[in-house]
Amino acid sequence: MTRITELPTTEYVLPGNRACAGCGIGIALRVVTKALDGKMVMTVPASCLTVLGGMYPTSSVNVPWINVAFPSTAAAAAGAAAGLRAMGKADDMTVLAMAGDGGTGDIGIQALSGAAERNDDFIYLCYDNEAYMNTGTQRSGLTPAGARTTTTWAGKRENPKDLPRIMEAHNIPYVASTSAAYPTDVFDKVAKAREIHGLRYIHMNTPCPSGWSFDPKDTVRLGKLAVECGIVVLYEVEDGVFRLTGRSAALAKAGKALTPVAEYIATQGRFKAMTADAVAEVQAWVDKRWAGYVARERAGE
Amino acid sequence: MTTKVITGNEAAATAAKLARVQVIAAYPITPQSPVVETLSAWVESGELPAEFVTVESEHSALTVCITASTVGARVFTATSANGLAYMNEQVWWAAGARLPIVMCIANRAMAAPWNVLNDQQDSMSERDAGWIQLYCRDNQEILDTTIQAYRIAERLNVPVMVCYDGFLLSHTVMPVDVPSAEEIDAFLPPRTAPLQLVDANDPRNIGPVTLADPRADADGVVRPGYMEFRALHHGALLEALDVIPEVDAEYGAAVGRSWGGLTWEYQLADADVALVAAGSLTTQLTLAVEALRAEGVKVGVLGIRAYRPFPAAELRARLAGKQLAVVFDKALSYGYEGPIAGDLKAALFTAENSPVVFGCVCGIGGRDVSPENLADAARRAIADLDSGLRDRTPDWINLRPEGGAR
Repeated sequence: MTRITELPTTEYVLPGNRACAGCGIGIALRVVTKALDGKMVMTVPASCLTVLGGMYPTSSVNVPWINVAFPSTAAAAAGAAAGLRAMGKADDMTVLAMAGDGGTGDIGIQALSGAAERNDDFIYLCYDNEAYMNTGTQRSGLTPAGARTTTTWAGKRENPKDLPRIMEAHNIPYVASTSAAYPTDVFDKVAKAREIHGLRYIHMNTPCPSGWSFDPKDTVRLGKLAVECGIVVLYEVEDGVFRLTGRSAALAKAGKALTPVAEYIATQGRFKAMTADAVAEVQAWVDKRWAGYVARERAGE
Repeated sequence: MTTKVITGNEAAATAAKLARVQVIAAYPITPQSPVVETLSAWVESGELPAEFVTVESEHSALTVCITASTVGARVFTATSANGLAYMNEQVWWAAGARLPIVMCIANRAMAAPWNVLNDQQDSMSERDAGWIQLYCRDNQEILDTTIQAYRIAERLNVPVMVCYDGFLLSHTVMPVDVPSAEEIDAFLPPRTAPLQLVDANDPRNIGPVTLADPRADADGVVRPGYMEFRALHHGALLEALDVIPEVDAEYGAAVGRSWGGLTWEYQLADADVALVAAGSLTTQLTLAVEALRAEGVKVGVLGIRAYRPFPAAELRARLAGKQLAVVFDKALSYGYEGPIAGDLKAALFTAENSPVVFGCVCGIGGRDVSPENLADAARRAIADLDSGLRDRTPDWINLRPEGGAR
């Protein structure tokens, strides 16, 4: 595992951008661009990332970046990859599609599924901040149960869809789950994905101070707490072989009870209205999922 | 040059091959599907060295073309009707991003209800999206226009739709002269670098949020606002009024065949009445002209090849001194009239010596329309003019009264 002191020193995300204070995307984008040495072209849909990227004629990021329509991120990456291949430039740069949870799991899932089935040659990174944050915190298919959003005022009733599992079902060469709170885990997974051809999918939990309602100084702390609770699990599936990574691997190895989800839920305003019963339901859901991951780790599949 | 007996769809595919397209993306829809089936076979066999992306939807088909074109490739796609409507967001994106994409449209009626047959409602409904729209009268023109479209698109950085009537042309075989690869290579060189390069050594943020007003960049240079970009785009469409005929003439010099640029005419010079349309209908109108001329009625055809940009000045010139222009639309702006009729009236408004314009709606959802039907409609229009009418609602040709009940 790469140590934070070993990260490349070249910066591609310029100092100063339009992201909110404490935004997890900024932490991650810095290491993602480092992992690709800036030799990349991004496709970015309408999202928080668009805002981070800046307004014409200025840019906050020093890598080629193509803004694309909301449902089209994966198809846009497929087109860029095909175009570069047709022009003999495919070896010069990695195509990176980067979209939020709504842009990936809701409006973008059709184009993503098509690209995955074709095994098109690009990395797809979903930064999951668990709602439509750029438009003002509306629920997405990846918003967790209990979260208040501006379209679920009393708290969302449904658990989020498991997007990495959906992507696994496409039998692509690489699927990973990571967290913006662990920049070196993000770096290592993107660096590994860079060396693989075909569609590589990385799902990244990305705490959002404004949408989740917590103090911007706590982004990393909450991201790590989600991993301690087993709400977010760090893993990778390489050619169908499952492996827990980083802190999640350590937690599984220790074999002790995880931190109760109530501790995580208590840190965020979006869960304020949750009842004890609702918290217990989330705990049961998380326990079941965690047991499944641990079983997969032991079975090595 | 060899002569082949091929369908309109095969003519479109042949043109894409001659244009040496580098990336093709398309999704099946009747009656366009044979275009990409043909291209797919050529890519698989190695006859056409291109990337073929078998996307999961039309939205993604145009998306792939958009980003492949952004990184510098020459791209091609084709669609029809609901496929075009499903692309709509990306139709606007391709134009706003100023990408030289060429897309063939095998014109088909829009659902609901389902109907796979021909009218021109699909592409006419994309009139305002900022693409150049060219309409073809036969399979030869499909081949020639599709090749010309790349030259036009790449000169102006504006995408081009090449529209041809579904089934009537897409599935009908005709003799088509196929130029040699050498002839087309001389006419159409490889695409030059795009407006904005995708280069890690000179990174750009392409198509970011752009405010209404101009803004200074990091060096203090004031760059356009959204409205200035739209004005520049409009300027490019207006420039196309010159570029389309120029390219047609250049093609004529290279290949020995040209099509009249923006518009064309048949026996119009001495005519009192002009029959106006776009697409294969104009070929049928030449037969109506034969019939009417035999009766001593001085009529001619005015064919519209470029619908966007709309060749207003050329239409005014060609129609000066005529008594009547009868417009045959295979589409309708519901609650008003056919799109060509409405646009032509606006073009002629306040023009000297301009004719009265009467609209007709025909061929909707594949309703058969014969040269006799067209001649009858012209006779009714002339009678309306003689009765003193100067405006009227559209004449629905071959509307069957017994089919009125739901």
